[in-house]
Amino acid sequence: MKYLDEFSDPDLARALLDQIHEATTGQWALMEVCGGQTHSIIRHGIDQLLPDGIEMIHGPGCPVCVTPLAVIDKALEIARRPEVIFCSFGDMLRVPGSRDDLFTIKSQGGDVRVVYSPLDALRIAQDEPEREVVFFGIGFETTAPANAMAVHQARRLGVGNFSLLVSHVLVPPAIEAIMESPSCRVQGFLAAGHVCSVMGTSEYPPLAQRYQVPIVVTGFEPLDLLEGIRRTVVQLEEGRHEVENAYPRAVPAEGNPAAKAMLEDVFEVTDRTWRGIGEIPRSGWRLSPRYADFDAERRFSVEGIDTAESAICRSGEVLQGLIKPPQCEAFGRECTPRNPLGATMVSSEGACAAYYAYRRLDLVEAG
Amino acid sequence: MSAGTQPSGGLDFEGWTCPLPLRHTPNVVMGHGGGGAMSAELVESLFVPGYGEAAATELGDAAVLPPVEGRLAFSTDSYVVKPMFFPGGSIGDLAVNGTVNDLAMVGARPLYLSTAYIVAEGTPMEQLGRVAEAVGRAALAAGVRLVTGDTKVVDHGSGDGVYINTAGVGVVPEGVELAASRMRPGDRVIVSGAIGVHGVAVMSCREGLEFGTTVESDSAALHGLVADVLATGGDVRVMRDPTRGGVSATLNELASASGTGVVLDERLLPVPAEVRDACGLLGLDPLQVANEGKLVAVVAAEDTDRVLKTMCAHPLGAEATVIGEVVADHPGVVVARTGIGGTRVMDMPIGEQLPRIC
Amino acid sequence: MCLAVPGRVTEVYEESGTTMASVDFGGVGKKVCLAYLPDIEVGEYVIVHVGFAIQRLDEESAKETLATFERMGILTEELAGPEEQVARAAQEAGR
Repeated sequence: MKYLDEFSDPDLARALLDQIHEATTGQWALMEVCGGQTHSIIRHGIDQLLPDGIEMIHGPGCPVCVTPLAVIDKALEIARRPEVIFCSFGDMLRVPGSRDDLFTIKSQGGDVRVVYSPLDALRIAQDEPEREVVFFGIGFETTAPANAMAVHQARRLGVGNFSLLVSHVLVPPAIEAIMESPSCRVQGFLAAGHVCSVMGTSEYPPLAQRYQVPIVVTGFEPLDLLEGIRRTVVQLEEGRHEVENAYPRAVPAEGNPAAKAMLEDVFEVTDRTWRGIGEIPRSGWRLSPRYADFDAERRFSVEGIDTAESAICRSGEVLQGLIKPPQCEAFGRECTPRNPLGATMVSSEGACAAYYAYRRLDLVEAG
Repeated sequence: MSAGTQPSGGLDFEGWTCPLPLRHTPNVVMGHGGGGAMSAELVESLFVPGYGEAAATELGDAAVLPPVEGRLAFSTDSYVVKPMFFPGGSIGDLAVNGTVNDLAMVGARPLYLSTAYIVAEGTPMEQLGRVAEAVGRAALAAGVRLVTGDTKVVDHGSGDGVYINTAGVGVVPEGVELAASRMRPGDRVIVSGAIGVHGVAVMSCREGLEFGTTVESDSAALHGLVADVLATGGDVRVMRDPTRGGVSATLNELASASGTGVVLDERLLPVPAEVRDACGLLGLDPLQVANEGKLVAVVAAEDTDRVLKTMCAHPLGAEATVIGEVVADHPGVVVARTGIGGTRVMDMPIGEQLPRIC
Repeated sequence: MCLAVPGRVTEVYEESGTTMASVDFGGVGKKVCLAYLPDIEVGEYVIVHVGFAIQRLDEESAKETLATFERMGILTEELAGPEEQVARAAQEAGR
């Protein structure tokens, strides 16, 4: 695909790697905020090609991992209802709630459907007016405009049987929370390119200033990631802490004004609990009062859910970069990608799942 | 029927076909699986003509087959693909080619198939007819006889469309021993052509995912290709058809069954641009996407060129290529060298392939 | 978190009051909502996430970035001493 393949070129990747190796003299801990970047780093084996001085800490930018347990449990309760068609992105189907996941609900007769776009869910609602169609509106700033548009359209077209179960999360407050944590080791950030495609870059200079960390807006292809890493390291080596844009082809400084206007109309900022991390003030979006009628939490009273995280799972500490997955006692024993206890073992971008694959190889090689 | 060319009011006895009993019901009903007259009529009016030359003269409850020389191979598989019709094929093609290929992968020459249908009440007769025709055509192309079968109808809601089970019998030539346990470090891994094609074709028309593509399923019977490969006399250790779970699942199975490691080079993978792009869009790994007309062969290093040349000379193996090798390191684990020179462990796919947003 | 891919707009049209586009992802075609990029014209590239064009792909900027990488590649070659270049060539040949 044009504008993807060029950014995977092995020779240019080598040139960038050479530059990174040359630039690195110190020990640096970088966080890629976005799970999509984690996925790409693992997928291409980038972490193993970096100098020993650079450690990549996988950030909490994975909606699969951070959607709070209480919301997952609500989703499961709603999906269980016979009148409901529960639509979701494929990512969420294996995420464990307190007891079940969406796959289990589906196997028990729940009408759970995977869609590619929230507009597909809206179309299902139009096609099946006698059913209640609920869309699981998760994700970061990149995904929020799509979900906002689905709700906006539902109201405009009078599709009364459509609603959204919202659990949107925001990147800048998460960066803030990470930096405020007393045990924080992160010295530089790769900011999530596609989040910035929507939101622009204006939220980051105050963070870079306040916490004295370089923040480099970074894309997702191998060359993009290497360039993001290179620029962050160069800043760290030079003692600078600025916001740079290493993904200008997809990120104009102002972001996407039309999408931001829609977000402003449909959502309002709220405090949000991040699974495994805790509540972060003003770190999420919920439907604004104008769209309250489309809020699945209001439409379906979901009360008295008794949430229970696995007692042995330490995914919260993993998500905050406090421990590495193998330091969790359950890792690779009770908890594997096939039988995940925590969300970080579910998604291919989750730090535990990523580590699991490599741990096997390390063990074999060590043995 | 040429009724339109008859003079008005004229009688057309030649073009006449009995409108009963099938014509009066455009959909399958419970009675078609009841074992009575309606069942018999379904066989006579739908399956026998649909199967054409590939069917035995009598599609009875059991087939009596002539004696064969050599060891028998026996396999069975069930087919539930949704949607039933997709670009480049249908559940009918898969039901024949899938079982034929399972036989072929142990080196057998397939001879006979049984076909058993589970049909949901209400399924359009026309669709079932098209499936039967596809089964007949695929069997004819593969040179296997359809010798026995069964049809059951389930309540609307208990099933969805048509499910098919086929079982097949084939004969394995003298001296052919294909097994993962024969894999040795240094062996080469060959794939017979473009990967991920079938899975992408099916996904392109799956409800909720629809996308436009010219990719068509690669569904094909591979025993001819296998016979050519075996005829080279090269030491082929094992062969597998990388269906569900794709090449990734197959290599993981082989690595763990053989106790060897497998290293593959992503730069050598024959992934068509359209497959790569569709996978990019949906967040899938082409290595985990299903194939229905490809095989993976592990071949002794010294025989690789010979086997590869033979495969490339066969229409179903024209794009065959070496993708990796067997190693003594990391037994049971498949490692991929990535395009930019990194490595990653290629794990067994966990379950169904789902499009992801992250 | 956000799988988004670039594709080329091949058609722009209205559907129940919303601007939509047909987008070609290298032979794979998909219907995409263009409501957030109303000024896009046929032939331009957009970044698509869950069926929505979220940003225009700036082709000029893409070319510049690649050109910068290429200059770095040349620079690295020049910086490498002769021994290193030989070693690298041998490694290349062995791949």
